[in-house]
Amino acid sequence: MPGYRVQDILSRRSLVSLLAIAAVAGGASAAFAYAGGWLSPGRLQPAKIVNALEGHDGKHEGFRRAHAKGLCVVGHFDGNGQGLALSKASLFRRATTPVIGRFSLAGGVPNAGDGRVTFHSLALKFDLPQGEQWRMALNHVPVFPVATPQAFLDFQLATTPDPATGKPDPAKVQAYMAQHPETKAFADYMAKAPLPSSFANANYNSVDAFRFTNDQGQTRVVRWIFTPEAPFEELDKATLADRPRDFLFDEVAGRLAQGPLVWHLSVILPNDGDPTDDATKPWPDDRQRVEVGTLTIDRAVTEDDGPCRDVNFDPTILPAGVSPSDDPLLAARSSVYAVGYTRRTGEPAAASALATDQAFPAPAANQPAASQPAAKESAQ
Amino acid sequence: MKSTTFSGAARLLHWLMAVLIIAMLFIGVGMVSTVGASHNWLVPLHKSVGATLLLLVLIRLAVRATKGTPPLPADMPAPQKAVAHLSHLVLYALMIALPLVGWSMLSAGGYPIIVWGAVHLPPLLSPDRGLYASLRHLHTYLAYALFLTVIAHLSAALMHGLIFKDGVFQSMAAWRTRR
Repeated sequence: MPGYRVQDILSRRSLVSLLAIAAVAGGASAAFAYAGGWLSPGRLQPAKIVNALEGHDGKHEGFRRAHAKGLCVVGHFDGNGQGLALSKASLFRRATTPVIGRFSLAGGVPNAGDGRVTFHSLALKFDLPQGEQWRMALNHVPVFPVATPQAFLDFQLATTPDPATGKPDPAKVQAYMAQHPETKAFADYMAKAPLPSSFANANYNSVDAFRFTNDQGQTRVVRWIFTPEAPFEELDKATLADRPRDFLFDEVAGRLAQGPLVWHLSVILPNDGDPTDDATKPWPDDRQRVEVGTLTIDRAVTEDDGPCRDVNFDPTILPAGVSPSDDPLLAARSSVYAVGYTRRTGEPAAASALATDQAFPAPAANQPAASQPAAKESAQ
Repeated sequence: MKSTTFSGAARLLHWLMAVLIIAMLFIGVGMVSTVGASHNWLVPLHKSVGATLLLLVLIRLAVRATKGTPPLPADMPAPQKAVAHLSHLVLYALMIALPLVGWSMLSAGGYPIIVWGAVHLPPLLSPDRGLYASLRHLHTYLAYALFLTVIAHLSAALMHGLIFKDGVFQSMAAWRTRR
């Protein structure tokens, strides 16, 4: 007869069975702990990278841990049909797709001055039919300073300001650069290359490569670039420090008050041998480009009143016809952004640097009658 | 006379879901703790298996309601029976809650919810940043709770099979339905 009493369960007869059960439960728990990374402190977990970003620029509650300063934009994309030969993504049809987005500058300080030699960035979210979305996180520079998530972490740690001096430890930076000629090359490029004078006249690049699949099932790896209709002008790097804190954001708001801004999206096709797994390596300028449509940005709204603040611009959120390439940064961007998103959405939203900026009138619905003329002016 | 085993449908659903739930728990903790390339396919897989499990648990509830369950042994002490019933209640609650919290969490975050490669699930909630963060944390805590409950369930099942030898393990593990 089975015995359910404790003394039956703990009897000598049951000992082997109990040990076997304990081994199964313990083994399953150990495997679970291993899968979750608790047994491998050396594993590069996304939280480590978010911690490094917070250590680098300080923890600013409620804000993105990278590209903390930004401005929402609203617009649309008009496909010309040419892209369908490369990818079946519905964005490429001859149709108009609504877009929201965000201009931002690199760095984790939400009220930093705009006068810095850094990325001008544009993030976009295309709302496609059938609930599909395509999210992009684009930079004005076609390449990235690091090729791998580990190098990104090491770069953040090496350039974290020393609390005593407020500056990175030059020895650490030097040691890192000696190991990473690709980052050194990027830094040299940024120092020399002209910086666009506006968010409006910058190129915006996919940075990473992606895989396109068309209706015939043919796949190829591509990058892409948005090129502005606004003519390029160079920012005077010598006077950057003297410019008003928000001058770049104010400038683009001023342009949008005059009318929409337009970019042409071109898909870039590599030649055999062009690297698809290394975002530090540019593809030569002569690579074939296929223009697939135009992006029109109609208006800017502060993050406080706009549609972009609570959007995670994870570049692996893609429609059918587009998928990640073998670039190791893509998976890392997705998992790191997810951790940052959970952290900041769990904190109260704070007012953005542009919340009280005169260049951005509050939305008409919230506005007292006295300030209506200003709103009309900006809508012209 | 009442059957001493679960119905064939119940046993099939149990073992299919057991495999998927254990896989799901490992995929979940694995995908959130890596920056590696596997993240790219683990996340869509997690959503698709989650949607599959939500469907399966609804079917399972219907099967349970129509086919019933075999009784626990008559001589099993009442407190142990109570623990057994409670643990099954917790398992069902978590099997239903986890996919719904996952779906709600993605809705609150404004994410597209695409499963099985092409099926778009409508959002259950409007985007809400604070709610997203709360649901995201809840999803993790419930998953840990499910893992512990599964381990307890497995250990108890093995005790019935190896120590009590009272037919409870066989009622789910049997290949054929027995009377």
